[in-house]
Amino acid sequence: MKKFLALVLALCMVFSLCACGAKEEAADKIKVGMVTDVGGVNDKSFNQTSWEGLQALDTNKFEVKYLESKTDADYQTNINTFIDEGYDLIICVGYMLASATMEAAQANPDQKFAIIDDATCAELPNVACLMFAQEQASYLVGLVAGSVTETKTVGYVQGMVSDSMNQFGVGYIAGVLEACPEAEVLQYNANNFGDIAGGATAAKDMITKGADVIYHAAGGTGIGVINACAEEGVYAIGVDTDQSPLAPEYVITSAMKRVDTAAQDISKAVADGTYEAGIHLYDLSNGGVDLSPTRDLIPEDVLKMVEDAKAKVMSGEIVVPKLASECPTFTLAE
Amino acid sequence: MDNKKTVMQIISENRFMHILISVALGFVVGALFLVVMGLSVGDAYGRLLSSVTTLKGVSYVIVYAIPYIMTGLSVAFAFKTGVFNIGAEGQFVMGSMSACVVGILLGDLPKIILIPLCFLVAMAAGALWGIVVGLLKTKRGINEVLSMIMFNWIAFYLSNYIAGIPAIHSDGTAEATKNIADNASTLLPADMIKSLGLCPTANWGILVAIVAMLIVWFIIDKTTLGYKLKAVGANKFAAEYGGINVNGSILTALAISGALAGLGGALQLMGMGSRISVFSSQEGFGFAGIVVALMGCSNPFGVLAAGLFYGALTYGGSKLNLEGVPTQLISVIVGTVVFFIAISVIFERLKYAKKAPKKVKEGKENK
Repeated sequence: MKKFLALVLALCMVFSLCACGAKEEAADKIKVGMVTDVGGVNDKSFNQTSWEGLQALDTNKFEVKYLESKTDADYQTNINTFIDEGYDLIICVGYMLASATMEAAQANPDQKFAIIDDATCAELPNVACLMFAQEQASYLVGLVAGSVTETKTVGYVQGMVSDSMNQFGVGYIAGVLEACPEAEVLQYNANNFGDIAGGATAAKDMITKGADVIYHAAGGTGIGVINACAEEGVYAIGVDTDQSPLAPEYVITSAMKRVDTAAQDISKAVADGTYEAGIHLYDLSNGGVDLSPTRDLIPEDVLKMVEDAKAKVMSGEIVVPKLASECPTFTLAE
Repeated sequence: MDNKKTVMQIISENRFMHILISVALGFVVGALFLVVMGLSVGDAYGRLLSSVTTLKGVSYVIVYAIPYIMTGLSVAFAFKTGVFNIGAEGQFVMGSMSACVVGILLGDLPKIILIPLCFLVAMAAGALWGIVVGLLKTKRGINEVLSMIMFNWIAFYLSNYIAGIPAIHSDGTAEATKNIADNASTLLPADMIKSLGLCPTANWGILVAIVAMLIVWFIIDKTTLGYKLKAVGANKFAAEYGGINVNGSILTALAISGALAGLGGALQLMGMGSRISVFSSQEGFGFAGIVVALMGCSNPFGVLAAGLFYGALTYGGSKLNLEGVPTQLISVIVGTVVFFIAISVIFERLKYAKKAPKKVKEGKENK
């Protein structure tokens, strides 16, 4: 018995010795902390892209760390960890963190925050809201879809009906109809961002009805859409990040939001002392949204047409609609 | 050999010692992983220790431990009756969602009525989830493990469905429910949290958990009901022969077990979450309860300690990324601990093997 107590005590001592490691930190580095949503840092989407963007920052000037949230209740804890550690900027990834961010920002008015994809904190003097012109990116992929469809039927799966989500669909439909005025756009609201099986079912249903290109703005549900398209041999269009790796032969393009650029920009702004709260809009003109860089599947002439349209959107010649009310063909509703 | 106890005997005879060693081994294996990955063991474990030893850290640990203690009690209680409650996950979800619905819709009620009401509704919902499975088992002989896993998913999707109902769903853009009314919150007063320097989600849910623990202990050790349940757990047929209503006992155990998990869901919601998000994956409070029950030897006081330990690992572990250490280290440690506790069966076998050496070859004994 004694032997064992001795063993356990010895282990305790070893561990407590381990705990004594002193740390040195360069005081002049800008410390940027990123809090993921429950998707985790390897979600092949926003969290991952933001983190990759932050990692690409100059390590001599920046110290970047992330904290992963396992449940909805972890957001606040993780934000507070960064506050306690004295981070210069806390980047919250995704609108799910909006209420936790707002609470923390109100309680700590001197702490700088940035939140991706949410504008509800825009009024606060210490939160930068990094927003993306998703209707513009969707318009471009809509042009691609309208140009490559042979059946003149394309599909669209959305994760939830809300003003900000509807921008995807409205922009997409505008693009499709611009490229192919007689095209029919099949639409489906999955009301879920994590239902892979449901996404696959919806996509297969559309393919049966003749769709040969399907765009999704539905997170995890969209993975099912892409899988189904690959299975049935039709084109899929990804969203948010370059989703080509999911099905390289079938994901023709993706409506990409450069969250990595946004995360870098706001970190640099803190370093330069030019940080500003409020809405920061990332659109085509500042490279915040675009087609994904993988463009092997898009025909040359279509690509040229898209580039022309892009220039027109940037110059203001084309104004892409955003609201469901501006687009009579958009049929999704709660 | 005869007079001196062997290493194996000491371990197998002393549960507490066994668990302590399993935990230590868990940390050793975790350290090995760190070394292989080329990370500093000192930094990682130092961060774990330093984040849970401040007053704020301790308050975080307690807050994180509350749901684990409750699901741990739930699993441990069912286990006493020989039922493996893998359904605590679903019961937890049902409890938190029903407390959430009450907390939103009846938010105008005064605190003194609303909070107990939320607790009761959550316990009822959890108990219901346990009873249905119990009925399937006792009336139709359906294995409870299977139906519980399925009921976990029913609860999962039901919760997501309810979160989508307009009266419950958040007014903002979040994919979550509205926040529950302040009157349904178990948070400590804000000034108190600030002046004491506690964590922002400090709440008095732990008191409820401790009361629940005492009640569980009382039922198991001090009542006829507890005696019956234990008898059924020890040997169903002997219990039946002894005149105990086996099916009734299983139903009672599952109902109480479900109620405990459901109450855990309510405590987590009312103290910490204040809303429920649309799940994309199971949050795992119920499954963690199995680990906690195992570490606590299914003993109520053990479960309290194990729950606090698990809470400390979860909270301390969430900070590991600051040291560049993947949080999965915690899963490695917990997994190893569970592994070593689970193989205690082997130690037991070896002990019995020694008493009946004819059945087992000599060589297998003491290594």
